[in-house]
Amino acid sequence: MIISFLISIISGAIHSGTPLLYATLSETVGERTGIVNLGLEGIMLIGAVVGFTTTVQTGNPLLGVLAAALAGGLFNMVFGFLVITRRANQLASGLALMFCGVGLSAMIGASFIGSRIQGLNEVRIPLFSDIPIVGRMFFNYDILVYSAIPVAVLVWWLMFRTRWGLGLRAVGENPTAAFAAGKNPHRLQYQALFIAGILGGIAGAHLSLAIAKTWAEWMTAGRGFIAVALVIFSKWHPLRAIAGALLFGGAISLQLQMQARGVPVSSFLLDMLPYVLSLVVLAIWSGARRHATPGSLGRVFQGTE
Amino acid sequence: MSEKKMNLTVKLLSVLTCLALVLTWGLPEPTAQAKLKVGIIHIGSINDAGYNQAHSEGVQIMKKNLPNVEVIQVENVPEGADAERVMENMIKQGAQLIIPASFGYLDPALRVAKKYPDVKFVHPGGYKLAPNLGTYWASTPDAFYLMGIAAGKTTKTNKAGYVVALPISFFLANINAFHLGARSVNPKMETRVVFMGTFLDAPKEATATNALLDQGVDVLGVIVDSPITVVQAAEKRGAYSIGYHYLGVQKFASKGWVSGIAFTWGELYTRFAKQVMDGTWKSEALLGNLASDFLTIAPFGPVVPPDAIKLVNETKQEFINGKKNAYQGPIKDNKGVERVKAGEFWPLTNIGKMDWLVEGVIGQPK
Repeated sequence: MIISFLISIISGAIHSGTPLLYATLSETVGERTGIVNLGLEGIMLIGAVVGFTTTVQTGNPLLGVLAAALAGGLFNMVFGFLVITRRANQLASGLALMFCGVGLSAMIGASFIGSRIQGLNEVRIPLFSDIPIVGRMFFNYDILVYSAIPVAVLVWWLMFRTRWGLGLRAVGENPTAAFAAGKNPHRLQYQALFIAGILGGIAGAHLSLAIAKTWAEWMTAGRGFIAVALVIFSKWHPLRAIAGALLFGGAISLQLQMQARGVPVSSFLLDMLPYVLSLVVLAIWSGARRHATPGSLGRVFQGTE
Repeated sequence: MSEKKMNLTVKLLSVLTCLALVLTWGLPEPTAQAKLKVGIIHIGSINDAGYNQAHSEGVQIMKKNLPNVEVIQVENVPEGADAERVMENMIKQGAQLIIPASFGYLDPALRVAKKYPDVKFVHPGGYKLAPNLGTYWASTPDAFYLMGIAAGKTTKTNKAGYVVALPISFFLANINAFHLGARSVNPKMETRVVFMGTFLDAPKEATATNALLDQGVDVLGVIVDSPITVVQAAEKRGAYSIGYHYLGVQKFASKGWVSGIAFTWGELYTRFAKQVMDGTWKSEALLGNLASDFLTIAPFGPVVPPDAIKLVNETKQEFINGKKNAYQGPIKDNKGVERVKAGEFWPLTNIGKMDWLVEGVIGQPK
């Protein structure tokens, strides 16, 4: 009984946490170059709908993921044009991008509502998946779940262990200094936003292809904004984002599991659980040793002419 | 790209946009012979195969019945000031009948109704009236009782699950009726409820459905705006499902389909439009039931045993003839408190006060 509860909690945390992790990584990459993107919700929706419609038409969910990633990346270029080239306000442009994504995805998806897909199914890993308990806990997921943590590590490696990543972070801290050091802030920001768009698109695709396996309007239901908060929670660090996403995803699935099992706690209280948990963790863990916020987050690089 | 070129592009774009606006301005000119314009606003998308699509198909049927009626339809209108603006805009376009098709539109509609006393309003599920605002809805517990009978006779694990938006009294009453119906044919039945805290969150609905299926539930029902996600998630894992709101849900889960409760507003909307046109419309609180043409039991799926279908139809007649009440005592709630004494029943007019769940339902009413 307890073991089956534990299995469903952990697998629920991993399932619900995966799209949050991709989304948090997306926002982290963008914010590290100094760009706040409140349009993440819109990018996820574009990813969700493009992934779903592609899967319906080709019957291949992997193509769906690929198309979603590409669509997310390209859609984020619209945002890039606004805030980098046109130097528009990031918060306003982000919100505009979100509403644009909501409307555009609804339009694309209108005739696909209720379409049936096989979706991304669980891939069993020989030997590992057959281990009792542990196999069901950790080796019974779809491909995007397996790739989530490697992708987080990859993002960390790119940002903290490569010259490119150093330049990227330098732009986020002080674009003028980075420019003086020979970096091209605008190009780096465009590159970062394209990668962020890809990750956001994948986050959306996981929602529509693996979790819900349907398309519904505004199916992200605020997860894009939760991810923006999780970036702060994880102090702009890709590896801490793993913990944040799992904790939040776990809390979401925990409350549904508890209800399904008939644990006598009010559903209103359970609904608060993810947020209460976040508050508690923040309160315990907030003693920042140094400022993690990128120095010029939200500021517009005016160039040097 | 140089600054100059960029400016040129932007200018060109704005000129094109203006041109497009000018060209499309006033394209949909109203036809001269239209006798009545009906405005309807929806809280969500009309393609949700749920609450909104049921209303939207209602006005489509009305339009088919009355070719001289014109419909102005707006989707995704937030409750509050936006709804007021959209309604006023419709009135300025000449709408004489407004259907604000969401519960939360009641107060905005009342405010607009006061401002435009010549325009008629009909609101689904409202609890307040105005001289030019009437309400309509159908009482659903009897229908849920019938679904319970069908589910109780179809289940193999004796466990049903419900994915429900919020623990409000009307939804609790529906679940209670469902469970009492199921228990009436299957004393071993248990019903598990998961509340979502929202009417629209497909991934969360899928997770909740899977959590219920993990508990051995094999019949899934749903009270959220769009039933698609839940019935499809159930179908994928070989479970049975019960639809809600929209008559066409069956096609999304045809293998495990049991039946469903659907609102079929078409004929009612036709009557409203006719009444407004010939001046006989009057403000009233209309509450339908199983005998009404706007509350429909959806066709049964192949998994339902024939004796269950027969019993459902017989019980439906008993409800219509007033020989049966869904909440016939004795009833205990799931905390052991006696709520209805033996020989008494909880009247349908009082379900707004139902804040408990029946014994055998696993869930928290508060």
